[in-house]
Amino acid sequence: MTREDIRTAVLASLAEIAPEADLARLPPGAELREVLDLDSMDFLRFLQALAEATGIEVPESEVSKLATLGACIDYLAARAG
Amino acid sequence: MPSLGADMEAGTLVEWRVRVGDTVRRGDIVAAVDTDKATIEVEVWQDGVVEELLVAPGTKVPVGALLARLGPPPGAPPQPAEMRPAVPPRPEPIPIEVAPPAPVPAEPTPRPSPAPRVRATPLARRVAHELHVDLAVVQGEGPGGAITRADVERAAGRAVAGATAAAPDRLGGMRRAIATAMARSKREIPHYYLGTRIDLSRALAWLAAENTPRPVAARMLPAALLLRAVALAAREVPEMNGFFENGELHLASAVNLGVGIALRQGGLVAPALLDGDRKSADQIMRELADLVRRARTGVLRSSEMGSATLTVTNLGDLGVESVYGVIHPPQVALVGFGRIREQPWAIDGLLGVRPVAVATLAADHRASDGHRGARFLAAIDRLLQEPEKL
Repeated sequence: MTREDIRTAVLASLAEIAPEADLARLPPGAELREVLDLDSMDFLRFLQALAEATGIEVPESEVSKLATLGACIDYLAARAG
Repeated sequence: MPSLGADMEAGTLVEWRVRVGDTVRRGDIVAAVDTDKATIEVEVWQDGVVEELLVAPGTKVPVGALLARLGPPPGAPPQPAEMRPAVPPRPEPIPIEVAPPAPVPAEPTPRPSPAPRVRATPLARRVAHELHVDLAVVQGEGPGGAITRADVERAAGRAVAGATAAAPDRLGGMRRAIATAMARSKREIPHYYLGTRIDLSRALAWLAAENTPRPVAARMLPAALLLRAVALAAREVPEMNGFFENGELHLASAVNLGVGIALRQGGLVAPALLDGDRKSADQIMRELADLVRRARTGVLRSSEMGSATLTVTNLGDLGVESVYGVIHPPQVALVGFGRIREQPWAIDGLLGVRPVAVATLAADHRASDGHRGARFLAAIDRLLQEPEKL
């Protein structure tokens, strides 16, 4: 999986949870929960969508590493590699 | 048309999911209905065969209107029955013979009003009901000063779409529904408020240990434990779980937790998570996830609307420390949870840092006293100290 594949998967997963958001203009460093107004249930659904799209299960202890779009891509790229 | 919440007056039939001649069983989804708040899947109340569909899709009808007629199920003695929704409609005050003191239609029970009788045509009354117009303030220009539909529409300042409703203005309708229910709550319910800080270190440690080996799809959120604790506490202090109607408290036999769910486009709904006292925290988590997903995609079921016996709201995700809620009438209590944050916590003369959340109670003083409310919050606290038993 390339970084671009991962980026696409992350954005598609976010779009499932926040369909109204303009994800194309999402700054890579912005806190996802903050800018997309995600509550804990939304974030759990996002992780679920990510697991389905990439096959990567994020352990509970590492969830905090996925706070921003850039961090999500870095984390998943490291796991996929 | 079932009452899908105390604040609902009418619904628009979107589609039938059954046809004449179909055999239906209790709990089957037979129709979809649009309310101000959401699209609701209507479940049937009893077994039978669909004999007649009385309302065409696209039609807006008041709560209590007959939607369809059911015949007996095959093999049963012939006894025609109405198709009753899974949530039995509350007694409906339509037609209103006396102008209510304020435009609060669809109350569970009509209350006596000292207001003078208003002369109005039945159609004018129905339109006034739909447009939230108080007939007492409308100038009647019909025969003998009677109020006509045109008078009502003039008073409302806009034309009405006619018998067939257009697609409802969901957000505006939801705002109005919330306004009606909350204004009624503050007008009628003498709220009292209590709050307590709860140490959640045991609950969160237990949750973390439970979640560690689980895939994301099977993980639990703290909300599942909080809801479970509230449901069990409601069994211990039953005065928090029920309805205040006709001047007295009616205890509910089931604990159906209304869960406040904020919608992404604005507004909120509080569908019920049924029988919370009889479900495990895991089961509550699964149902909560399903409820949130369906609430946000706009498809809830009739059995989830209007059946809550106690509401829980959790604004912790937004960072607020505490929330003192407005009770959803005719319920008698609302529990609020704020954000879980690490705080200094003194115990046995030692100072430590613990994850703490403020639990609050807004309760109806007609139904209970502060002493019982305090017992209720204390029970929630105690239950959360033994998460493995939840």
